[in-house]
Amino acid sequence: MNPAPGSTLFDGTQARKGYALNKMCFSFNSAANRAEFLRDEDAYCRRFGLNEAQRAAIRHRNVRELLEAGGNIYYLAKFAGIFGLDVQDIGAQQTGMTKDEFRAMLARAGK
Amino acid sequence: MARIVGAVTTSHVPAIGGAIAKGRQDEPYWKPFFGAFGKARDWLARVQPDVAVVVYNDHGLQFFLDKMPTFAVGAADEYRNADEGWGLPTLPPYRGDAAFSWHLIESLVAEEFDVTSCQEVLVDHAFTVPLQLLWPGPGPCPVATVPVMVNTVQHPLPSPARCLKFGAALGRAIASWPSDARVLVLGTGGLSHQLEGPRAGFINSEFDRMCMAKIVDQPEALGGYSIPRLVELAGSQGTELLNWLVARAALGGRVSKVHSNYHVPISNTASGMMVLENA
Repeated sequence: MNPAPGSTLFDGTQARKGYALNKMCFSFNSAANRAEFLRDEDAYCRRFGLNEAQRAAIRHRNVRELLEAGGNIYYLAKFAGIFGLDVQDIGAQQTGMTKDEFRAMLARAGK
Repeated sequence: MARIVGAVTTSHVPAIGGAIAKGRQDEPYWKPFFGAFGKARDWLARVQPDVAVVVYNDHGLQFFLDKMPTFAVGAADEYRNADEGWGLPTLPPYRGDAAFSWHLIESLVAEEFDVTSCQEVLVDHAFTVPLQLLWPGPGPCPVATVPVMVNTVQHPLPSPARCLKFGAALGRAIASWPSDARVLVLGTGGLSHQLEGPRAGFINSEFDRMCMAKIVDQPEALGGYSIPRLVELAGSQGTELLNWLVARAALGGRVSKVHSNYHVPISNTASGMMVLENA
């Protein structure tokens, strides 16, 4: 039921696949948890039971890998927030652009 | 009985909250967005609502994937904002009206919309940003609030047609409240945008402008879209249009457009804003 190339609906299949990863990212609403992740990333990931692909994607700080591993963008944004990255950083990384190029693309959409 | 004074629909992206916190409203990047709200505030000063029913989607502050209600209604006398993880300042609590909320819940369930009732709700940027836009300044929000949450996070989402029916029932629920309250309905989110995947940064101005025209006179035409088609045309987060449809349908019948604004981009999003009232 995927609607367009480049869009994956976050449905039950994705929600089951990404549950542990998203649960960890949901925990990053708390500043104490964000600090704990930074203090001992391995232990933090183990506590949430990430699978190998999810653990690798977190290690690589790679959004497309995180999505592939079942991540939901709303929860992943909280992971990105730990590193001070916003949705334009995330967009640039996923599309292989610099942030300036990505911003310019968005500005062109308004012309 | 309570009276609906009208509806405001607006984008709600977190970056707006960031710009407010940093006082950037008059910078060239932000002015075309913030500048449009003066007329909305003039209208509010005229119609003087005392309650706002805020239709929005939570983004992983209140709800996790362990339990994901399709439609949920806050039922508390106070709603707290909290850390969402990316540095927005936490705002003071918002006043609720639990008695009104329970009236809405009873009326909606009686009309076969089996909503989830929530005596505690952490309200995220999709709730707080629109209220900040309409009532800026450091003081507490001057109106009581009711959060109404629509799932746009985990598919299956409610269809556009279902959201129009839900909004109509919400409008009847508001209007049957034995009170002289003046109620504003807010629909937040949108318009076209997509945050994730190779299509990140997708915006469709033509579709957005069509939606802003149809939502006034022919909202039922927007009810014909399937969710996959809506994602294709508006981007995966463009499904937040559902919140607009609920708010529009709450007005019922014929409406007139008091004011509107459309500007691309703010952050990754095509921003839209409309003020509607019953004709």
